[in-house]
Amino acid sequence: MATYQNIFTQVQVRGPVEPGIGLPKEDSPRLGKGSFSYWAGKIGNAQIGPIYLGFLGSLSLLFGVIAFEIIGLNMWASVDWDPIQFVRQLPWLALEPPPPEYGLRVLPPLNEGGWWLIAGFFLTASVLLWWLRTYRRAVALGMGTHVAWAFASAIFLFLVLGFVRPVLMGSWSEAVPFGIFPHLDWTTAFSIRYGNLYYNPFHCLSIVFLYGSVLLFAMHGGTILAVSRYGGDREIEQITDRGTASERAALFWRWTMGFNATMESVHRWAWWFAVLTTLTGGIGILLTGTVVDNWYLWAVDHGVAPAYPDVFQGTDAGMGATQ
Amino acid sequence: MNPGLALGVVGASLLTVAMLFTAGWDLPPADTQQTGYRGTGMVVLQDREEQTALRAANQVPPVPWELDTSGQKASEVYENVQVLGDLGIDQFSRLMTAITEWVSPEQGCNYCHNPENMASDELYTKVVSRRMLEMTQAVNTEWDLHVQQTGVTCYTCHRGQPVPQNIWFRGGDPDDRFAMAGYSGGGQNTVGVGNTSLHADPFSELFSFDGVIGVTGPTALPTGHEVSIQQTEKTYALMVHMSQSLGANCTLCHNTRAFNDWNQSTPQRTVAIQGIQMVRTLNADYLEPLTSEFPPERLGPHEDVAKINCATCHQGAQKPLNGVSMVEDYPSLRPEQ
Repeated sequence: MATYQNIFTQVQVRGPVEPGIGLPKEDSPRLGKGSFSYWAGKIGNAQIGPIYLGFLGSLSLLFGVIAFEIIGLNMWASVDWDPIQFVRQLPWLALEPPPPEYGLRVLPPLNEGGWWLIAGFFLTASVLLWWLRTYRRAVALGMGTHVAWAFASAIFLFLVLGFVRPVLMGSWSEAVPFGIFPHLDWTTAFSIRYGNLYYNPFHCLSIVFLYGSVLLFAMHGGTILAVSRYGGDREIEQITDRGTASERAALFWRWTMGFNATMESVHRWAWWFAVLTTLTGGIGILLTGTVVDNWYLWAVDHGVAPAYPDVFQGTDAGMGATQ
Repeated sequence: MNPGLALGVVGASLLTVAMLFTAGWDLPPADTQQTGYRGTGMVVLQDREEQTALRAANQVPPVPWELDTSGQKASEVYENVQVLGDLGIDQFSRLMTAITEWVSPEQGCNYCHNPENMASDELYTKVVSRRMLEMTQAVNTEWDLHVQQTGVTCYTCHRGQPVPQNIWFRGGDPDDRFAMAGYSGGGQNTVGVGNTSLHADPFSELFSFDGVIGVTGPTALPTGHEVSIQQTEKTYALMVHMSQSLGANCTLCHNTRAFNDWNQSTPQRTVAIQGIQMVRTLNADYLEPLTSEFPPERLGPHEDVAKINCATCHQGAQKPLNGVSMVEDYPSLRPEQ
């Protein structure tokens, strides 16, 4: 019997499905009896289900579908219900927030952002219900709630973009449209309007944590794969009972960069980097327009943006106004 | 079949399909020319293949014959010559011959003239042409800050077509049929300028004299500068239009770290803003007043006249017709002030 199993040599055991631990009697039952998938077994666990949807999960899915439908139908309507144009132009289609003249009106006309608000409400409700679900399922399993709090950090950014900042600015029109290219165009326009987001220090921090997360993920994944031949993939056991895999991995990083995380701490590094990406990003968005109107000028005031020699002398002559 | 291989084949096929539907692929080499202080990324990018194609597409047509300004005045020989009456008869005929080549080479003289009575104004095209001649003269004499000494002729825009290829009408659906989505008639929500999903029509607003193009906050901290994201997207759409029209990247005019700052912009930006003012003026003074002259099929969905933007002349080149001056050969299009 092979002792070293990896994604290429995995032995798929077939027997009765693992139904999971018993649930408290106030919980709904899990759905289905579970089954095996050969292809799922190629990249992970072969067992699919049983799934726990419950009240929160069902409601979250329902609200999510409603939001998805409102967005999709609005996009389809914008190409006069032409199915071919709907597919062709899908990446360009949008459901836009209300125009500025409506301010924070709770329900502007449906075709002028009303649908956007309704879709936003259902999407937000769906996301918050799903968050509750991740929290409650973790408690039900006796786990920590780390996943839920990481998810909450992403939801914080989502709420800042679509709710908190527009409310602070006094206009729904400041929020992000639904749509693939439209939300990207919004991002660029947002940066242009507020004087270049690259000079926003919280945007800088967010990028640091985002790229840092990627780097940490590559370092950690690479390390564990490299020592899995010594049982390094059994990370949980290695945390409490450090074996040769841990020793070699630690020595490798001390050799190459003088410092090593531990089997446990590397996961805290990764968790915080991921959580801080959206947390700092959300703070950066929150400050834009509310506290700072032009990040480039702010950076000049604070000695962040350097001045370069004026090689285009005379361009500004008589051109103070941009009109 | 090996599952890994199958997965790879499926993945590669999907990526290929995605690639086929993605516009704007551009093979190297592209030439870069540094225009600003080192380290600021101020470069002008030019794709070599594109430049070769542009050179080929922007050849100046030959003059019909050598200029002879002697002879009787056109107004003494022909009737109803309102704009070019002071030209010698030979110079007048030469310009008419050239205009036919520039504007209606297939339709010939009769596109504007009634062959039974050349002096008649019964065809709308003749009335429009007369005004367009005045417009051309105005561009060459009053807008030298934009067109410099190169100037323009009918050919700069028309290129052998009665209706120039690059014109615009007011956007949006006049019947509001698609009003369910976002802005009714705002021109957004479909493929817009330069394959973005920005407004397809930033021109109606920004090429009017009330249009506000500058959107960026003027001070570090908020001081009551209220410009919406939607307004910014219109400016952004106009800038994408200018970039596409001139085959230029942003840094031809702007230092992208502070788009709005004139102190860090290149001299080209002052030429460009003169161009914006020129387009506004020409649309308002020459094209819009002609609306009632045009038959309905020449008007846009809002029954507005075809108007000009940057692409009408530039057609992908930073200098229309590669900067070759045609007006030198047709001095009547740049009358002495």
